Amino acid sequence: MTLATLAAPGRMPVIPASFEYHRPTSIKEAVGLLAQWGDEGRALAGGHSLIPMMKLRLASPAHLVDLAGIAELKGTRTDGNDIVIGAMVTQHELAGSDLVAGKIPLLRETSLQIADPQVRYVGTLGGNVANGDPGNDMPAVMLCLNATYQIMGKGGERRVAARDFYQGAYFTALEPGDVLTAIRIPIPPAGHGYAYEKLKRKIGDYATAAAAVVLTMSGGKVASCSIGLTNVAETPLWAQEAGKILAGSALDAATVKKAVAAAEAITAPAADARGPAHYRSKMAGVMLTRALARAKSRARG
Amino acid sequence: MAKSQIAMKVNGKPVEALVEPRTLLIHFLREQLSLTGPHIGCETTHCGACTVDLDGKSVKSCTVFAVQANNAEIRTIEGMANADGTLHALQEGFREMHGLQCGFCTPGMILRAYRLLQENKNPSEEEIRYGISGNLCRCTGYQNIIKAIQFAAAKLNGVPFQEAAE
Repeated sequence: MTLATLAAPGRMPVIPASFEYHRPTSIKEAVGLLAQWGDEGRALAGGHSLIPMMKLRLASPAHLVDLAGIAELKGTRTDGNDIVIGAMVTQHELAGSDLVAGKIPLLRETSLQIADPQVRYVGTLGGNVANGDPGNDMPAVMLCLNATYQIMGKGGERRVAARDFYQGAYFTALEPGDVLTAIRIPIPPAGHGYAYEKLKRKIGDYATAAAAVVLTMSGGKVASCSIGLTNVAETPLWAQEAGKILAGSALDAATVKKAVAAAEAITAPAADARGPAHYRSKMAGVMLTRALARAKSRARG
Repeated sequence: MAKSQIAMKVNGKPVEALVEPRTLLIHFLREQLSLTGPHIGCETTHCGACTVDLDGKSVKSCTVFAVQANNAEIRTIEGMANADGTLHALQEGFREMHGLQCGFCTPGMILRAYRLLQENKNPSEEEIRYGISGNLCRCTGYQNIIKAIQFAAAKLNGVPFQEAAE
């Protein structure tokens, strides 16, 4: 069961269990604290997934390590052909970043579809991608963009591709003691088309199904196409086969239909208040169809 | 569990207190500071009734621990009136435009609208609707809340308020 299912209005919340609060000022100190307590410790980013989970007692860490005091985790910069975004950059900051909007406009488009203004002021990109909640929007976008996560742990820094990071609902490549410090995203070619299409019951809701698309066109044909799907499986999905089917095509109706069928085939959504599984698979296909059309309309070449 | 010492500025006044780390900001404001303007609606980060302004951001105080707000500046509905005791333009707008019926969502609505107008002095109706999408009202249908915020924006900008034609 995920937060999207459990934290519905009307479900009785409770006060979180007691914990000790720590506020380190460096990544090194945070890793030391988290390594010390192992499974008993949790990193706190914006807290807008973790605190609701703590209220529902789905999480009861004995030690909470607040990352808000660590300056190294903030800020957005370019590094060669990558944009590197600090894990504690909030959705509000991400949506407001001209650097990000200019180079990877898909991020702003997605960010502005997450929750509501209050949540976006506090919720972070790092928390959104690290928590492993299949309802979160950014993980599928990271698969689509082929992002890499920079992780600091007991053994030093390592990098894990977003496409290798997600193992199951709330299960990721993060080990106890790890802190996801930054998200590294290769800048898509200038003139690329993009779209994040999200079906939701109301503004601010988790996706019933959503699709992220980045594509490049050359001479009216698709040169490359990458697709991510949100909330239609235990993990975000990279629809690699669907992207391959579209490559070389002019996004004609027959090829799109074939690619959409391939994307739907890899979904395995849960049935919840957002609809039965079959419906959500089909809606993933509808979102993908719309995202492809909008991405194409934005692409040059 | 050891309590933590926290200090913050609430509605311009310095406050110091001891809190359990698990104490949520909304409970701290209501129970320790007796500021009962911020309301507890859903407690699940949906309704926005507990919205306060924290260091220039609108936050749902049911989803922030009081310890996270250490050294912060907070404003609640109790701190909205002007220094001379007259109503803030938003409070006046909600009264003049009938922006409330039961009033439960109003403190959160006003605090959210306050930050919205700080960031966008002349928002369109669409921008207002999007900007208050984290605040639920079960009475008004939002129409008069939009008008109240437009009223306040006009007043703060020193221009006459013109109600859009129905």
